[in-house]
Amino acid sequence: MTTEALTRPGTAVPSAPGRRRTRPWGQVASQAFLIVASVLWLLPIAFALYVAVRPYSDTRKYGYVSLPHHLTLKNFSDAWTQSDMLHFFWNSVLITVPAVIIVLALASGVAFVLTRVNVKFNVALLILFTAGNLLPQQVIITPLYRLYLKITLPHFLSDSGLMYNSIFGLIAINVAFQLGFCVFVLSNYMKSVPEEMYEAALVDGASLWTRFWRLTIPLCRPALAALATLLTTWIYNDFFWAITLMSSGDKRPVTSALANLQGQFVSNQNLIAAAAMIAAVPTLVVYILLQKQFIAGLSLGASKG
Amino acid sequence: MSSTSHADTAAAAQDGAPAPASRRRRGVRRLSLRDRIVVGVLLGIPLLLDLAFVWFPAIGTALLSFTKWNGVGSLHTQTCKPNVPSILNNGCWYGVQNYHQAATIYPEFWPAVRHNLIWLAVFVVIATPLGMLFAVLIDRGIRGSRMYQSILFLPVMLSLALVGIIWEFMYSQNYGLINTVIGHTSDSNAIDWLGNPHLNLWSVLVEATWRQSGYVMVLYLAGLKAVDPTLREAATVDGANAWQTFWRVIFPVMKPINIVVMVVTVIESLRAFDLVYITNKGINGLELLSVLVTSNIVGETQRVGFGSALGVVLLVISLVPISVFLYQTFRREEAS
Repeated sequence: MTTEALTRPGTAVPSAPGRRRTRPWGQVASQAFLIVASVLWLLPIAFALYVAVRPYSDTRKYGYVSLPHHLTLKNFSDAWTQSDMLHFFWNSVLITVPAVIIVLALASGVAFVLTRVNVKFNVALLILFTAGNLLPQQVIITPLYRLYLKITLPHFLSDSGLMYNSIFGLIAINVAFQLGFCVFVLSNYMKSVPEEMYEAALVDGASLWTRFWRLTIPLCRPALAALATLLTTWIYNDFFWAITLMSSGDKRPVTSALANLQGQFVSNQNLIAAAAMIAAVPTLVVYILLQKQFIAGLSLGASKG
Repeated sequence: MSSTSHADTAAAAQDGAPAPASRRRRGVRRLSLRDRIVVGVLLGIPLLLDLAFVWFPAIGTALLSFTKWNGVGSLHTQTCKPNVPSILNNGCWYGVQNYHQAATIYPEFWPAVRHNLIWLAVFVVIATPLGMLFAVLIDRGIRGSRMYQSILFLPVMLSLALVGIIWEFMYSQNYGLINTVIGHTSDSNAIDWLGNPHLNLWSVLVEATWRQSGYVMVLYLAGLKAVDPTLREAATVDGANAWQTFWRVIFPVMKPINIVVMVVTVIESLRAFDLVYITNKGINGLELLSVLVTSNIVGETQRVGFGSALGVVLLVISLVPISVFLYQTFRREEAS
């Protein structure tokens, strides 16, 4: 989703230490401001986590804002078992993994053709893909919803026999919608590959496919890795497509299933907090391990100058 | 401009060397049959997918907005007859009646427009400058800047649905952190942050800003890192203070990033949906155009034409920033 702009990683000039002399009070004010902001930014997450590790009886009696009398992980195990979260996580995996792989495969093909083969309307096609990703989803949802009810699928792809309410349908829309962003990023990236490399490959008699698969794709690995991180997070975090294009709760991925969990645990907020924290785990793993990749991906989107 | 150096070198290579430029890209005609098939497949399948699931529906929205249809039965081109029960007037050509009704008798329309505008205004006036401020302070390389960046960026990783749930504990009437801290937890004086229709939009906007400013921060950090450091030195030598240097030198140089941030800001405020949906399904003070579109097509009463008309309103507004962005981004390419 999204409209990220990009900067290429590596072109960033590291800020030279001490290149600006800041007056000490300016330093202090900046530090104070950032410390306050950081506390405010962490507070909601820390507080939800705190609610999640306290037993219901405790918070019922003393309120959420109170010293802990007991701490427990039971809310997590209860939320996990009572709401069948494994099932929803599996749905998320079934949607996210194929969608990310397919988007990247398709987008690199398009980006390669648009940057390396002189087909007519190169720029027009690039604009078509890019603009498609910038539309608000609600602009296309009405006909899309009717379309999903009309398209029939063989039974092994969808129990309902329709695009609507099928994992396949969700993969399709996520792929189609994210394509534009990836084409935009990858075509910018591929433009930076020196032309001489292609000329050398041509001299060696490399076919177009070889130039794409053996030459371009390996060179684009950093961009592909950054995009994969970004897409995994976005598609995992998707709420709108799953809410509108799936009727039944049991096929929905984790993020949109949270809406149901809220209803299911309405009397026990601690369980909701625990379920929310569990649902955040995959993105937190990405955050901790792949933050650089994620930010590089965002910056790549903004890089076209 | 984040990848200035890159784009510029590429452009220079193209412009500066006219002779190899003709050899540079090989036209389709010079490809072998096998290569041409590869081009067809690589380009054709994604193009088909994009057209079928993005552009065909986008055009469909525009066309359907002139019809009256409940989704059952077929569409035809006859004009809807006035004064006939709506059951007989289905799938017919309705002219601009949907737009007229939205603007005149649909009670949620103007509140939704107003809420979307407030959303946009808060993003423009608060979230974006805040994100820019974070980026500028962190970019100065003060102690702990990496840690600050990681913390302020954390909400961007979370889905908006999760953000909505996490903040419910802050806003909860009797137990929430905010009411407890300000001492408003009894039933008589508790503030219903998310239920009070005069208040809840602002409460949700705090959540949205919390996430959006981290996003803007990352974009500006990328932009600031790409700014040529000699520009700053030159400005300092000329006696400009930090404030002048930023607004007169750095900010104008970051024009491409500014446009990207502008696009992100407008589009994200038009797309706003998840937060209000998870909070109360977008009613009672939290109406947004995106919610109205959705409720008219997936609710019990399906008013496909009417919902499409609301979608077209979103489309028309979003075309403004999209066009600016595309013009800015692809202008040079067209020219070359």
